Amino acid sequence: MRMLPDETGHFGRFGGRYVAETLMPLILDLEAEYRKARQDPAFQAEFDDLLKHFVGRPSPLYHAPRMTEHFRALAPAGPNGEKRGPKIYFKREDLNHTGAHKINNCIGQILLAMRMGKTRIIAETGAGQHGVATATVAARFGLPCVIFMGAKDVERQKPNVFRMKLLGAEVVPVTSGAETLKDAMNEALRDWVANVHDTFYIIGTAAGPHPYPELVRDFQSVIGTETREQIMELEGRLPDMLVAAVGGGSNAIGMFHPFLDDPEVAMVGIEAAGHGIESGQHAASLTGGRPGILHGNKTYLLQDEDGQITEAHSISAGLDYPGLGPEHSWLHESGRVRYVPITDDEALEAFQLCCALEGIIPALESAHALAALPRLTAELDKDSILVVNVSGRGDKDIFTVADALGVEL
Amino acid sequence: MTRFETAFAKGPALVCFITAGDGDTAANLDALVEGGADVIELGMPFTDPMADGPAIQEANLRSLAKGTRTADIFRIAAAFRARHPHVPLVLMGYANPMTIRGPEWFAAECAKAGVDGVICVDIPPEEDAELGPALRGKGVSLIRLATPTTDAARLPAVLRGSSGFLYYVSVAGITGMQQAVQTSIEEAVAKLKAASAIPVAVGFGVRTPEQASAIARVADGVVVGSALVDLVKQHGDEAAGPLRELTSALAEAVHSAR
Repeated sequence: MRMLPDETGHFGRFGGRYVAETLMPLILDLEAEYRKARQDPAFQAEFDDLLKHFVGRPSPLYHAPRMTEHFRALAPAGPNGEKRGPKIYFKREDLNHTGAHKINNCIGQILLAMRMGKTRIIAETGAGQHGVATATVAARFGLPCVIFMGAKDVERQKPNVFRMKLLGAEVVPVTSGAETLKDAMNEALRDWVANVHDTFYIIGTAAGPHPYPELVRDFQSVIGTETREQIMELEGRLPDMLVAAVGGGSNAIGMFHPFLDDPEVAMVGIEAAGHGIESGQHAASLTGGRPGILHGNKTYLLQDEDGQITEAHSISAGLDYPGLGPEHSWLHESGRVRYVPITDDEALEAFQLCCALEGIIPALESAHALAALPRLTAELDKDSILVVNVSGRGDKDIFTVADALGVEL
Repeated sequence: MTRFETAFAKGPALVCFITAGDGDTAANLDALVEGGADVIELGMPFTDPMADGPAIQEANLRSLAKGTRTADIFRIAAAFRARHPHVPLVLMGYANPMTIRGPEWFAAECAKAGVDGVICVDIPPEEDAELGPALRGKGVSLIRLATPTTDAARLPAVLRGSSGFLYYVSVAGITGMQQAVQTSIEEAVAKLKAASAIPVAVGFGVRTPEQASAIARVADGVVVGSALVDLVKQHGDEAAGPLRELTSALAEAVHSAR
């Protein structure tokens, strides 16, 4: 299952290269350059070195003892009276430089940009995490950087806007459409098409035209590769279940991909159900959407019957996007990965539980993954192992959470 | 002869674009024809028009805000065909609204409404299977875009399976922004015409009769969009008069260029 995409950039019927002709030659160049880079030991060595010394990898695989006990106490016994509730581990991507998994991908892409001789970096951002990670690597490599961000998100995420500016990036508020992540991506594509000669577009998730879904996945696969080594060292065997939140899906695919060919490892992707699927206000593309074409790839999208894209909603800005990466669409239809929706309220509850029981403030994105634990831990025996990807830290979310809990700061 | 062949046989052709459902579309289309447009491009509004500048983005959103549906666009097209039996009509838009009910459905609706050609911004030759075979099967032209980044190696792939005319996007960028330098247009058009058996029309950033005239001296057609869409924004439901006036000036410039 790890051989895809095919040579035309497809994962089954998903993925592909649905871009304007102006971008097509550039995307073919990028693909050729990526193939060369993968064969080049110097590229891999520089990537590994930066991940170790700049990002702080490997990130720990942490046994979460109190969450484990909490869910063991709650889990009903199995049909033959067996005890339920697996041993829970957290993959601590929250401990990375800049506070989330996003930086892994940005390091890889800026190294590609440097190889291709590009002199200007652009990126889209929703909550600002990918914007901060991109501004960080642009500063590190001395390239000018423009971040497109929906005007509404600029207003909602002021601390991250300031972080990006401190790091030397120009932040362009996007006033078209609904003024959120989808519109920021449209605007980044418009900039790119007008500046193809010198500009590299660092896409923040495992989506967009081929080869982005593949290369973002490969750069993020360090998450799953490390998890594999760490669990073998700690437990001497592979985990029984992996759990990760899915917005565009880069932290999830990075965690899942190195295990896809291990049938004993179950995988669960968590979609943001917002106010509930039935409310229509959610960001669960697989549960509540259907296949279509947007932002360069064919994948599950939230849309109406005419193919007009509808607005997503999630309390987590990082999950607030009406689509997801094409490989997830394929893994969904093939049945290899199960996708489960989690609402804003469930995520808020898990956010607080994790703070109280483990002393870790998780990102709201990661809180969605944690919120599936009551359900998932009840399915697994006591001697099984479950790994949750804690994809980011929640310091950025404290204002949103305070607001949702009716607390005035 | 097809409607395209007739339209381009008379000398340089003026291709005019407006967005369906933005303003009084039927009256506006009639005004374009009365003003002297040789080919009509009717934009299919989409929530996420990635290749368009502010003028056409806003037109898309104005149209969708008024509740324009795909069925309305085909009604507009069919009514246009009934009123103007000889003027070629092209639908221009994005892949998702065109393919959501399947390419066969879309191609059949185009044929039924008398649509001559389709321009889909985000289906490059590499993804032709998504729409091309269905359109060709129904005798509807797939009109492809060539751009300043389309090199000699790619051009045959772009031309393969395209018909009607070739649309040369004269600047690497989005619609309605700056115009390309005339000399670069001339060089590009010469290369395209040498490689192509179909007419070459040039667009992106063309706003005035002077620009249109200069391009018409070398190309088979000139596409004007954002300047017309701006008039619809400015005049709302009363845009037909101003549209007729600008189209007349553009048509005069294009038709007298050679």
